[in-house]
Amino acid sequence: MRGRGIAFHLQLAFTLLLASFLIVPVLASMLAGVTANYLSGVAGGLTLRWLGEVWSGYAGQVVSSLGLGLACLACTLVLGVPAAYVLARRQGHVARMIEELLVMPVAVPGLATALALIVTYGTWGDFRTSWSFILVGHVLFTLPFMVRSVLAVMAAIDLKTLEEGAASLGATFGQRFLGVVLPNARPGIVAGALMVLTLSVGEFNMTWLLHTPLTKTLPVGLADAYASLRLEVASAYTLLFFVMIVPLLVAMQLLSKPLGSGRRQDR
Amino acid sequence: MTEVARSVAIKLRSCSKTFPDGTKALQPLDLDVGAGETLVILGPSGCGKTTTLRIIAGLDEPDPGGKVLFDGEDVTPVPIERRDVGIVFQSYALFPNMSVRENVAYGLRVRRRPAAEQRSRADEMLAMMRIEALADRRIDQLSGGQRQRVALARALAIRPRALLLDEPLTALDAKLRETLRVEIDGLLRRVGITAIYVTHDQAEAMALGDRIVVMEHGRVAQIGSPREIYRAPKSRFVADFIGTMNKLPGRAEAGRFVTAAGSIPWSREAGAAEAAFRPEDARIVPAGPDALRATVTTSFFLGDRTRLVLDVAGTAVTVDSSERAAWTRGEAVHLAVPPQALIDLGDRA
Repeated sequence: MRGRGIAFHLQLAFTLLLASFLIVPVLASMLAGVTANYLSGVAGGLTLRWLGEVWSGYAGQVVSSLGLGLACLACTLVLGVPAAYVLARRQGHVARMIEELLVMPVAVPGLATALALIVTYGTWGDFRTSWSFILVGHVLFTLPFMVRSVLAVMAAIDLKTLEEGAASLGATFGQRFLGVVLPNARPGIVAGALMVLTLSVGEFNMTWLLHTPLTKTLPVGLADAYASLRLEVASAYTLLFFVMIVPLLVAMQLLSKPLGSGRRQDR
Repeated sequence: MTEVARSVAIKLRSCSKTFPDGTKALQPLDLDVGAGETLVILGPSGCGKTTTLRIIAGLDEPDPGGKVLFDGEDVTPVPIERRDVGIVFQSYALFPNMSVRENVAYGLRVRRRPAAEQRSRADEMLAMMRIEALADRRIDQLSGGQRQRVALARALAIRPRALLLDEPLTALDAKLRETLRVEIDGLLRRVGITAIYVTHDQAEAMALGDRIVVMEHGRVAQIGSPREIYRAPKSRFVADFIGTMNKLPGRAEAGRFVTAAGSIPWSREAGAAEAAFRPEDARIVPAGPDALRATVTTSFFLGDRTRLVLDVAGTAVTVDSSERAAWTRGEAVHLAVPPQALIDLGDRA
């Protein structure tokens, strides 16, 4: 430590300051969710009452948010991975154009996309009031992230030659796709899946327009809670959100591990 | 010895290839490869050599009318996955998600052979390439030379009808290239498989080929044994592409080749001509009636020989001499070329 000059300590202080500037509000909000009374702070005692209240009132939203996120993930996997594969294998201008167009739903404000969906399909029977209406919006918004992420990995490996090698050894298209293409695109698929899941679970501005009183997701409920309930309840809501999303992300990260290291030791 | 392959004779009949953008990559080509023969396709980039290989492999289709025959059977409509040819790529094309052994066994796995057979065959191939110790490694833990050995083992594991190699050594450094070239040569002889080897490296072609096909602009420039190609090139392109070739302008008349620097014996029909010869065929001799006058421009001592660049009546001529003499720049010398070493590349173009 003696060798480090004043510049190092200044930088360290600045970094810590900046990090705490970002993290303290999050911690404060989470803490507020377990204080008996926000105004008297931690000194007023801690309680799980608010969490319990949120859970009893909004457990349904938690479950449906997760369900929606997983359904959205499934859709983007089924649509996005093959799409990325085709885009990676095609060289032409059309493929590059489609690649650019795919980003449109990210560039266009979510509210505009939601409005367009409502104007076009709002009168289609029960579609407007069903969960699939929100799902469509989420898939539109998250699909580019999946495609981009998978495409980046596929472009980095020499997919064409790998496939030609597999074909020369007798592998059919199905065998090549499942045995060579997908395993080697796995880092991209996992990264894309993490993006899609977090974006879908946390999506607010599009969902806010698309939801109905019966189809409400966690972030929409959070907004309602902030607007109409005690601050402690809203903070407990935030806490719940973290408790839900963090294990999910950790689990998915772990899923991507075995490919990298685990199999080296077997046999 | 390890039973590896069922070698077929390969015939191409009027195979041409036009790319979607209209580029004619290959002019109609007829080619015959004998069973067990090693044929090297040699040429500069863009000459159509890789396209030819891809057509034989089934990775590309020839233009309508072209045919690929394996032992007389028309395999043109057979897709690559059912053509049973082993391919070794310049970039190896090994699967990063599998171990070395899994890579080698892949061809048997997709054929749904029993696991025990997959394993024993893979181990047999690894032993043949002397890389048993690497069986459980991952591909990213291997050096370039090791990767290419795995690729060879993988291609041969399926008992292919032919082995196709697309610039397999180009990605390696010079020393390793030499080692692996000798190894591949030994392997091809031992296995006796029909092999088609594409390269732009003339030294590789000379060392490996039973026959060499020299290609230029989508056409065959010459087919022949390495000796024929080297000693009797049929065109300027072939002469220039393989080895060093001197070309001396002059006239043929009355059994001699006459230049401004004197004349040497050469029986060729009279007329303007260009005499070509290899650096090692010319000799530095004392002045005499059958020698050309020359001046030393530069002299490089290469250990086993001395490479001289001479000025012969204004033309630069390269001569390799294994004599122990030393020459200095500007020295006047005399040059003799035996008549049988003179190559006629046609009238001066």
